[in-house]
Amino acid sequence: MITHRLHVKENRPVAFSEATLKKVRELIQQYPEGKQKSALLPVLHMAQEELGGYLSVDVMDYVASLLQLNPIEVFEVATFYSMFYLEPVGKYVIEVCRTAPCAICGGEEILEYLKEKLQIGVGETTPDGLFTLKTVECLGGCGYAPVLQVNTQFHEQLDQVAIDRLLDTLRKQAADPSSADLTWASQFC
Amino acid sequence: MGKPVLLEHIRIPGIRQFGVYRSHGGYRPVEKALLEMSPTEVGQEVTRSGLRGRGGAGFPTGLKWSFLNRKSDKPRYLVCNADESEPGTFKDRYLMEHLPHRLVEGLIVSSYALGVNTCYIYIRGEFKYLVRILEHAIREAKENGFLGERILGTDFSLEIHLHPGAGAYICGEETALLESLEGKRGNPRIKPPYPAYKGLYDCPTVVNNVETLAAVGPIINMGGEAYAGLGKGKSTGTKLISACGHINRPGVYEIEMGLPVEEFIFSDEYCNGIRSGRHLKAVIPGGSSVPVLPADLILRTAKNEKRLLTYESLEEGGFDSGSMLGSGGFIVYDETACMVRNTLNLTRFYRHESCGQCSPCREGTGWMEKVLWRIEHGEGRWKDIDLLVNIARHIEGNTICPFGDAAAWPVASAIRHFREEFEYHVEYPDEVRVITHGNLVRETRFTGGHPVSGIRFR
Ligand SMILES: Cc1cc2nc3c(=O)[nH]c(=O)nc-3n(C[C@H](O)[C@H](O)[C@H](O)COP(=O)(O)O)c2cc1C
Ligand code: SF4
Repeated sequence: MITHRLHVKENRPVAFSEATLKKVRELIQQYPEGKQKSALLPVLHMAQEELGGYLSVDVMDYVASLLQLNPIEVFEVATFYSMFYLEPVGKYVIEVCRTAPCAICGGEEILEYLKEKLQIGVGETTPDGLFTLKTVECLGGCGYAPVLQVNTQFHEQLDQVAIDRLLDTLRKQAADPSSADLTWASQFC
Repeated sequence: MGKPVLLEHIRIPGIRQFGVYRSHGGYRPVEKALLEMSPTEVGQEVTRSGLRGRGGAGFPTGLKWSFLNRKSDKPRYLVCNADESEPGTFKDRYLMEHLPHRLVEGLIVSSYALGVNTCYIYIRGEFKYLVRILEHAIREAKENGFLGERILGTDFSLEIHLHPGAGAYICGEETALLESLEGKRGNPRIKPPYPAYKGLYDCPTVVNNVETLAAVGPIINMGGEAYAGLGKGKSTGTKLISACGHINRPGVYEIEMGLPVEEFIFSDEYCNGIRSGRHLKAVIPGGSSVPVLPADLILRTAKNEKRLLTYESLEEGGFDSGSMLGSGGFIVYDETACMVRNTLNLTRFYRHESCGQCSPCREGTGWMEKVLWRIEHGEGRWKDIDLLVNIARHIEGNTICPFGDAAAWPVASAIRHFREEFEYHVEYPDEVRVITHGNLVRETRFTGGHPVSGIRFR
């Protein structure tokens, strides 16, 4: 079934921090003059992380203005790539690989286990806003199956015990504001 | 078998650091190429090595480089394809994680040969943790005078930039990758024009896989001829094989081309046999896009020759009884695997990842998924099996990019070699319906009872 979502602007003010803006300017420098559109994917990654965890229309329009693009150019890209979320997500997005090499090595079981543990279905978020459960296609970790990512951090060779431990760790981490995430802005040096 | 070439130094502690890498002969190929050889000579050396693209198609690298339009006055680009998303393939990730300098070194030498001053590494977005590792390696190379302006005092300059993708398998296809690098949707372009003439920003461009480019350093070091001395026939050198599935030791192995498949699966040097003492049922030898082969045909060809890990040997028998080396993603199945369920899984993958430009691919993958879903869930009809073959045949060859073929082959080959299993699903829908999730249930139901499982065992 295809659902048509309207392109709804909420007109909330959004803006990158000064440090991220500097990163954005550096990124644009990577590409030839006039080709700043090339920076769109990395900038959308940063926007998703820094500006609310998903790409709202306001955020997309802000990115369009930064890169001097038409809003539709950003929208059509954001809807193409699976790493960009167009709906709000929890603090930790758990993405379980469901492709064949993982599926035959316990991937289907860990997905069932996660659904049961978190009491949510695929695509849903726990009521406390902590976890969103998703399935993704091959993450390139086939030899270490089953594999999942939490906010693009790999967790491999999982079983039920490892999942229990992972969820505990994430819950503790969520309560500790000093814990560091792997962010795009910090990856580009 | 043989000495590792690409992964030679992988066990050395700290080899990710420039200093350690350098002290083990790192960056010598750059010195040799830039100071002692002309760009043409470097290209000739690569041609002589017989190196073939490791991204999947196996196209001779030297030849690809020779197509680059050098007459144009536009800038030229080298793009390293690090999008690695083919199910079963995880070798580039391994190489970049452990030996980032191997790649950087290869990029410098290749750029020199191609007359390129800007190089992009297109890395899949899910490999975010690799970005820092590569950025670090690039910075170290720059600090030590191997990147930037006037490298080693020559008038050759080079910058390497990283560009992350955002989760789209199709962006591994070279023209989709270029679109994505330009900040657009990853829709493959119609070829010709080929990237060698009209690539990134309409400029002459070479796109090569990570492993291909990483091999250029060792080739310059040892000489093209010595590299060509490794391997077998037209499959020269070594290849990274990423092995996964029902084996005892999954992982990335560097093999000299020509290793028998049987040795690769059963030797304790490599996969160390099938898990839990089970039997080998099937193998997809080159990433999910290549045809699946049953145990007897993966170990020996239809002519009863030993099947070897080379481009030629794996293709032996064509579509009837052969497969392909592809990207080297080696997926092994034991008798607990259901081929219908597996084909449904892969077809869902292709339906999900189709960019949607061509109707045969967009509609055909969805249609095949629906039909396969029916069969797997005990609602199949007898004519469904031929219907699948028919749909696959109409996708193949009728699309803009090879993705269409890649989606059609797994279905066509699974039915070709495991037709009885599809028929079983149609014939015994009640039995099939009971089996809901997981291999364990399947195993107990089918032990002895499944008419198919016993057939292909060794
Ligand atoms: C659907 C599709 C996906 C592909 N994915 C990849 C990939 O993830 N990595 C890669 O190196 N090549 C991939 N390729 C092959 C590239 O199009 C291209 O042939 C390759 O990057 C060329 O490099 P090589 O000659 O060094 O192999 C893919 C091709 C297709 C049709
Ligand atoms: S074959 Fe499929 S993936 Fe390739 S261009 Fe056509 S629709 Fe897109």
